[in-house]
Amino acid sequence: MENNHSKKKSLEYRKTLLEIIYKSGAGHTGGGLSCIDILNVLYNNILDITPENFHSFNRNRYIQSKGHCVEALYTILCDKGFFARDELNTLNQFNSHFIGHPTRKINGIEHNTGALGHGLSVAVGMALAYKMDKKKFKVFTLLGDGELSEGSIWEACSSASKYKLDNLVVIIDRNNLQITGGTEEVNPIEPIANKFKSFGFHIKEIDGHDLELLDKNLSSTPFEKNKPNLIIANTIKGKGVSFIENIVSWHHRVPTDEEFTNAINEINIEIAKYD
Amino acid sequence: MINKIGKANLEVFADTLLNEAKNNRNIVAVTSDSRGSGKLVNFGKELPHQIIEVGIAEQNLVGVCAGLAAAGKKVFGVSPSSFLTARSLEQIKNDIAYSNQPVVLVGISAGISYGSLGATHHSIHDFAVLRTINNITIVSPADNFESSEVIKKSLNYDKPLFIRYGKKPTLNLHKEGQKFEIGKAIIINQGEEIAFIATGETVQRAYLASQILKEQGLNATVISMHTIKPFDKDTFLEAISNAKVLISLEEHSVYGGLGEMCASIIAQEKININFKILGIPDEYMINGSQSEVLDYYDMEPKKLSRLAKIMIDK
Repeated sequence: MENNHSKKKSLEYRKTLLEIIYKSGAGHTGGGLSCIDILNVLYNNILDITPENFHSFNRNRYIQSKGHCVEALYTILCDKGFFARDELNTLNQFNSHFIGHPTRKINGIEHNTGALGHGLSVAVGMALAYKMDKKKFKVFTLLGDGELSEGSIWEACSSASKYKLDNLVVIIDRNNLQITGGTEEVNPIEPIANKFKSFGFHIKEIDGHDLELLDKNLSSTPFEKNKPNLIIANTIKGKGVSFIENIVSWHHRVPTDEEFTNAINEINIEIAKYD
Repeated sequence: MINKIGKANLEVFADTLLNEAKNNRNIVAVTSDSRGSGKLVNFGKELPHQIIEVGIAEQNLVGVCAGLAAAGKKVFGVSPSSFLTARSLEQIKNDIAYSNQPVVLVGISAGISYGSLGATHHSIHDFAVLRTINNITIVSPADNFESSEVIKKSLNYDKPLFIRYGKKPTLNLHKEGQKFEIGKAIIINQGEEIAFIATGETVQRAYLASQILKEQGLNATVISMHTIKPFDKDTFLEAISNAKVLISLEEHSVYGGLGEMCASIIAQEKININFKILGIPDEYMINGSQSEVLDYYDMEPKKLSRLAKIMIDK
């Protein structure tokens, strides 16, 4: 992996994400910034999902169960050539298909999400289909940490384990915050690793902003034959912009003019280090 | 043969699905500890690699169905209608309908099939809630013929589809050579001043009422509106064009189902007709078998024929 190239990509993605949220006047800033490094590695190194193969049944899959962070996904898909930036700039406008949660009206989006606790079951279904047909493809899904309060998540875990879905890779964007406050204050979800372990998953816990670690782990599944995979990616909500990091209100706050300028300046300083 | 008691529609569904699945490995049934009540025990024995069992987890069942379909499988999610359409309504709305996955959801033991097991097991809400979900077709077959045909047609149906089955044997209602299309109502008999419209297992009650009226010299129309959505407005309007009395029957709440759909059309088309909606009223439902309860709520054939005659004289 070209480390510097990837790091620069992540920074550029952060800029795009902030730009589209700022211009459209709505979006999930904090969670988008916490998962963008994961998406960078998935789409550039792991998934091999392209506009050319997207309509085939024979490919890997990615379902963003934490659908509210769609701006991060749009940013990556735009970079991968699924649609033009001009189209993305219509985000949230009347009659635009670019809405605040993933929809299959947009090229490159696998499944309509937004209501939490749905993506894992759908990913289980896809992984099952590949197992039934003895196809080698994998299914990746990104869950939010607050989302783990949904009971349907645990129903899906049960099936993943029963059917030995080692082609299923679940990633938790563990940024510790949800819309009301800290995840452990709102409704404690720990011990996450032990819970998934008892459901039969093989677990890895890594720094969710370390691109090399993400690449190393995402490319080494199955971690154990016949066991579904879980990566707990420890992240920082709002990562990359000092005044957004770890602030609850940035769950879906939109930057003011001044904040936007300051955020872009901060990121530009980082980008300059790789020029 | 017409007018003979056939099998339970649910059994016909299961037999048809098994026959089709034997020749099509792409067909997958998904159950929620419901293969017994869904009559899929043989399916499980004969095609163990084409059945997925998620246990008592209906939300997961629907999500898994969506994922299987997205990866190219022809999926039949089979679960009691009561749980399937209430507990997993959000999954039906988002993962099937909104995501446009052509899954066939089969609501078994629907309506008040479970009789004295009580309201937890009844689904007198399913038409109403699913009618308000965009992009899902709702079919409620009346007899063995419709039950088998809808499964055959569903194999090439490329949209989300919900099919509702009861579990009691039904009267065979159709003549040989009858055609079946999803979305196209069947006129079992075209009569004159009296018309019955019904769906699912209540169609046979309308038919029996029409036979009583026939003995009294009255030729009543009987419509099997097997597809609740999209509603076949054209056939409906044509069939009632000469009618003075219309009675709708359904094994469902009187709210939000077949009857209110008819009422909406009648009102908007400014049709002058004496109309009565029969179904389950908004009250603590009386306990009893399916048959006893439907009889109680005026869907007993003799009561229906009397009601029609009273209405025609008004």
